[in-house]
Amino acid sequence: MAIETLPEPSIPVTTPFRPKFGFLTSTPIIAVATVSLTLVVLLAIFAPWIAPHDPVLLTPALRLKPSSAQFLLGTDGYGRDLLSRTIYGGRISLLIGVGSAVFSIGIGLAIGLVSGFFKWVDAVMMRVMDGLMAMPSILLAIAVVSLSGAGIWTVLIAITIPEVPRVARLVRAVVLSAREEPYVEAAISVGSSLPKIMWRHLMPNTIAPLIVQGTYVCASAILTEAILSFLGAGISPETPTWGNIMAEGRAYFQIKPSLIFWPGLLLSITILSINLIGDAARDALDPRMKQREGSK
Amino acid sequence: MSTASDSRSVILDIDNLVVGLGNKLHAPRIIDGVSLRVHEGETLCVVGESGSGKSVTSLTTMGLLQKGSLVPSGGSIKLVGEELLTASDRRLRQLRATTMAMIFQEPMTALNPVVHVGRQIDEVLRVHTDLDARARRAKILAMMEQVRLPDVERIFASYPHRLSGGQRQRIMIAMALVLEPKLLIADEPTTALDVTTQKQILTLIRDLQRDRGTAVLFITHDMGVVAEIADRVAVMRQGRLVETGTLDNILRNPTMEYTRNLLSAVPSLVPRAARAESKEPVVLEANELGKVYRERSLFGGVREVAAAQDVTLTLRKGRTLGIVGESGSGKSTVARCIVRLIDPTSGGVRLAGREISELSRRLLQPHRKRIQIIFQDPYRSLNPRVTVGETIAEGPINYGMPRREALAKARELLELVDLPPDAISRYPHQFSGGQRQRIAIARALALDPDVLVADEAVSALDVSVQAQVLELLDEIQTRLGIALLFITHDLRVAAQICDDVAVMQKGRIVEQGPAAQVLTNPQQAYTRALLDAAPGRGWDFANFRPVAAAAASL
Repeated sequence: MAIETLPEPSIPVTTPFRPKFGFLTSTPIIAVATVSLTLVVLLAIFAPWIAPHDPVLLTPALRLKPSSAQFLLGTDGYGRDLLSRTIYGGRISLLIGVGSAVFSIGIGLAIGLVSGFFKWVDAVMMRVMDGLMAMPSILLAIAVVSLSGAGIWTVLIAITIPEVPRVARLVRAVVLSAREEPYVEAAISVGSSLPKIMWRHLMPNTIAPLIVQGTYVCASAILTEAILSFLGAGISPETPTWGNIMAEGRAYFQIKPSLIFWPGLLLSITILSINLIGDAARDALDPRMKQREGSK
Repeated sequence: MSTASDSRSVILDIDNLVVGLGNKLHAPRIIDGVSLRVHEGETLCVVGESGSGKSVTSLTTMGLLQKGSLVPSGGSIKLVGEELLTASDRRLRQLRATTMAMIFQEPMTALNPVVHVGRQIDEVLRVHTDLDARARRAKILAMMEQVRLPDVERIFASYPHRLSGGQRQRIMIAMALVLEPKLLIADEPTTALDVTTQKQILTLIRDLQRDRGTAVLFITHDMGVVAEIADRVAVMRQGRLVETGTLDNILRNPTMEYTRNLLSAVPSLVPRAARAESKEPVVLEANELGKVYRERSLFGGVREVAAAQDVTLTLRKGRTLGIVGESGSGKSTVARCIVRLIDPTSGGVRLAGREISELSRRLLQPHRKRIQIIFQDPYRSLNPRVTVGETIAEGPINYGMPRREALAKARELLELVDLPPDAISRYPHQFSGGQRQRIAIARALALDPDVLVADEAVSALDVSVQAQVLELLDEIQTRLGIALLFITHDLRVAAQICDDVAVMQKGRIVEQGPAAQVLTNPQQAYTRALLDAAPGRGWDFANFRPVAAAAASL
């Protein structure tokens, strides 16, 4: 009578569904994106050692110098080294990008988990989220910054707030479908507490979509920060950020376009790379995409 | 019947078919040397467990294999003399519908949800005939009459979701047969239907076949269905043909070991010998339990649906109570109310004399461990990201057992359910359906419950695995004196495991009593209808003889 349909499990013990990072080099374009992003990150981290000059040192005598051996990309309207400022500018931009991705995912995950599980919280929370989403994010950010003054934390919070609803809605949708799974009901019937059910049985389902969402939040936060700085509503102008450099360069655009070109180029490369990697992550982590390839 | 069929013309001739996984030379073979023949006006049942390759065989015939992943690499399939494996896509498209047609297991997903069913049948005619609109409509309505749909004009203009499962399957049959194909392939067409509907559909296929002389290739896992509809039977296992023969031959004198095992695993409809009356204490009582779903519509109207009403049950220690009924009868609602996965709206549940239906979540916590549940689908009831050991140990840890002890207990339980102890560090995806169900049972037992609720716990399993799991449950009951509340739609399973049976219909219990009495001498019309519809009720499969013979020999 022993007719078990599958042979004894002989597959090596593996952890299923743990995100694998092989997708980072899956196609040449993605590989280029990964390398570019790594370079930008390294530049930002090691800025104090790489940058040839002090990025905030004013030398009015050397205003708007063209490229030379001393100043590779020339100087800006206050005589500061453009190359050093651009390298340092990446620090703030990436910090804002990663910071707002982490914060929005953290807050959004909590809100999404709770509102996916409790109906009455859901009703209230989602209306609040609807309200937040109805406001243009730049406008909201400008309002927050002008209320509490410019500073890196203010800008970070201002950029994070509009991203939270998107993450919360994503998590909520995943939780709503996952909580109907019999294994969640099984956990209820063996007496697991609600936090345990949420953390152990529901949260893992959200990891893959959150990684993808995180990259998009990161890219859009970097862009928003640049826009805020460019509009003069961001971090104080003496701090080098890509947006600030471009904002100042605008005045000299006719004379020295490279003031806008270099930080703009780095900004574009960074955002494009992050978005490409995000797309690759989505393709790699989305089970439907996997099915299409026919792999397990 | 079969000897006569040999003189009739061969409609489908599958010869030494090989289907490989992928295009490579030494690709694993999903179908390995299968030969089948279907004559005009004959039904060939292909029967086998999951993974036997029965569906792949039918899909290959229809030319519907997923391109690139499954590739026919040898043999031939001839439809009325015409080779199908080398036919062009265009020719195959012509042949489908005109010469061969297929009906599927799940009629809801096979129909387009946003198009009237009449138009969906019409599409077949528009593509393959030159008839004008009026002639097509007349033909469709006539076909719908033939598949015995009521009120055909109305149904013609209905969307699929307005129809019942049986009606949808009738539409599928109408669509398949409207061009009078010579071959009908039916892939588990009644598996998703209730027994009473299943009986009607089987009769319908039988009658239509008799009137039109269609050859039918009928794929099923259910020996009961085979006994109802087959002229000849082909048994498949792991991509190979085990044996073929006439229905009578296969059921009475199977020559191969595998076929014998398969047949003996089919539970008998004759209830097992009754156990002595129990004097043990009552562990579970449901008193006039009710669950009403309220639906508020946009305009303030309230619609009430009573999923369960006045359900009263009593279960003693070490006994098994079965709740049987068709889909929508409320049997699962009752189970979920009793385990308090949902809250009942009226009535009470007493667990070992303690009323639990009114308790809040917090107060319920200490009682939860006394009643545990096993779910139907073992692929979804285990968290794929948690190891087997952690899954089983979760309950004891919740009730304060140290982790080490809990894991040691998990190891013991794995042994109890006949799984290797090293299963503890593996993940659910490394196990088969039957093994997973054992893990689910181990998880339920980890809390030493008084009552185990099994909600269709063996319905998703192959018969042989089903038999093993039923045996395991029986053994556990004898050993631990646990009480079982067994929810099932399958009367055969109920007959083999239950001491008492409650029959539910539309949320109410219509009949309740000892299994032997309810299943052999039913008092209610509904119970009789259910028993009457059970497929293959005339056969005692495990003893290779008709039930009448069994009765005579007693």
